[in-house]
Amino acid sequence: MKELVMVVLAKQVPDTQNLTGEAMKEDGTVNRSALPAIFNPEDLNALEMALSVKERYGGTVNVITMGPPSAVELLKEALYRGADNVYLLSDRKFAGSDTLATSFALKQAIVTKIPDFDIVLCGRQAIDGDTAQVGPQTAEKLDIPQLTYVERIEELSENRIKVHKLMDNGSEVVETSLPVLLTVTDSANEPRPFLAKRLLKYRKAASGFDLPALLPKYPQFNTAEDLREHLRKKGLFIEMWGLEDIKARKEEVGFAGSPTMVKMIESITLTGKGFKKIEATDEGIAQFVAELIEDHTW
Amino acid sequence: MNGEVWVFAEQDWNTLQEIGIELLSKGKELACELGAELAGILIGKSVEKHAGPLFEHGADKVYMCENDSLENYDTAKYAKIFTDLIEKYKPQIVLFGASARGRDLAPRIASKLKVGLTADCTDLQIGDYKHPDGTVFKKILYQIRPAFGGNIIATIVTPHKRPQMATVREGVMPTPPVQRGRTGEIVRETVQIENLKNIMHILQREKKEKKVNLKGSHIIVAGGYGVGSKENFATIRNLAAVLGAEVGASRAAVDAGFISKDHQVGQTGTTVRPKLYIACGISGSVQHRAGMDQSAKIVAINNDPEAPIFGIAHYGIIGDLNEVIPMLIEDIKKRRVD
Repeated sequence: MKELVMVVLAKQVPDTQNLTGEAMKEDGTVNRSALPAIFNPEDLNALEMALSVKERYGGTVNVITMGPPSAVELLKEALYRGADNVYLLSDRKFAGSDTLATSFALKQAIVTKIPDFDIVLCGRQAIDGDTAQVGPQTAEKLDIPQLTYVERIEELSENRIKVHKLMDNGSEVVETSLPVLLTVTDSANEPRPFLAKRLLKYRKAASGFDLPALLPKYPQFNTAEDLREHLRKKGLFIEMWGLEDIKARKEEVGFAGSPTMVKMIESITLTGKGFKKIEATDEGIAQFVAELIEDHTW
Repeated sequence: MNGEVWVFAEQDWNTLQEIGIELLSKGKELACELGAELAGILIGKSVEKHAGPLFEHGADKVYMCENDSLENYDTAKYAKIFTDLIEKYKPQIVLFGASARGRDLAPRIASKLKVGLTADCTDLQIGDYKHPDGTVFKKILYQIRPAFGGNIIATIVTPHKRPQMATVREGVMPTPPVQRGRTGEIVRETVQIENLKNIMHILQREKKEKKVNLKGSHIIVAGGYGVGSKENFATIRNLAAVLGAEVGASRAAVDAGFISKDHQVGQTGTTVRPKLYIACGISGSVQHRAGMDQSAKIVAINNDPEAPIFGIAHYGIIGDLNEVIPMLIEDIKKRRVD
């Protein structure tokens, strides 16, 4: 069997699930910039699935993230967990991409840079938008089959894959051909923690964006170029791809490539319309139940 | 004639899914405002029997795509059929349920047609939109959805591309009234799915009956982290039992292991709109509120008067649920005997 080439698509997201007091503004809305940026939880399940496929069948695990320069942190986490190669897809021209434009950029990155891929894996959805759209949209652009809501890979051969996937009212075992795109659910596995040895090695990894700021910490190098070469030799340089690297045109990405537009954003605040207070006494409860019955609530 | 409004009428295991019927209710409203016709899209093997219910729930037309190889859902086949239909008839709006299947299919179609798609809408409206370049788009679809973990509500528009497509969250649109005997036009389409690429082979299907029926319940008694323990959830179950209600839970209660996930109400659980929702020991995070704030009557029982749940409650009982709930049960039982 040929060495499997896997591509994990991961997104750095604000941690919307663990809102703390500091993240709330006084008017009751969320202060988005105060939320910590994390590895999208289900993308971790996708990475874990790829790593366990590698352990069982051999192959390489490539991780791509599309995002701002700071998304390099996500890629370092992927390295700590066992990813072989990581890539930062980052360009100001990508800003404002909706799911369609994002899927186009991801597809361009894959076919331009990793054309011999066998399996693309991504999380079912990201917790900031909860759309679950980028996976299927990317599969369509790659013209490959998609298997969504995958819980486990049952069998894998040279050109076939068999998976167990969830449906609305149950589950299915289905088979299709490679290459394929899978979206992975949080019930699939328990992502492995950082591996101590890899953490020690890769915490010094950096992308081109980071070089100017890093240079003072490496007095032995005079220029960012020298530092880049040094990191590259040690396998610590994180490659970055921009619009031209993936052979995309600016009309196809960002705001220009996005058919959807945000008309309005409203923060959720409590209506505070006031409620009728019921006393926690026998009489209070009795009156309350009587009122519900009078209103034909049941 | 204006482009039609289309609704994907999902069917599975020989049954029309509830979500398709829910979509017809919103679809009808949109179609009326646009002066357009409402159509249901039926795909499968022997699905003609489902056309009747679609007409009775408001569809003017049903596009029917039957084929023996369509017994089970297949992304590639459905996407091909749907895309062909859209290109032939050019509807202005196409709605899908935000079910596992709708979310598998709709993005594939949108990507093929290079049109916009908004996920998991909780409301849809028709309105005008002024583009930053000054162009005004009349009567387009406002696709309204929570984002950012339910902390914001965004209104999305797709001014330039047609059709405007959205998936709609299950349970947020009311089921339209049945108009017995109402009928409409069936348009039979020949499907072209021979030698298709990217198809999958279904080797096994397992149907899991949902034991918990949150959506179908008029009354829900829900417990949160404040219930305190798995054992204590018996109190919640007891109140539900005397009311003939279903038991719900907040994510915090599910995560703490008090109760199984199929009881979870909220952003990542089920969206409900019962006649009565009794929230016990639930603080009322935005994620939870997003799944129940459309309930006709909300009762909050909590010992923390500052709990956000009181912000959307119609009735509030500030007190220990271990004392309040037994009093409630007692009172309701007493009335039964009387």
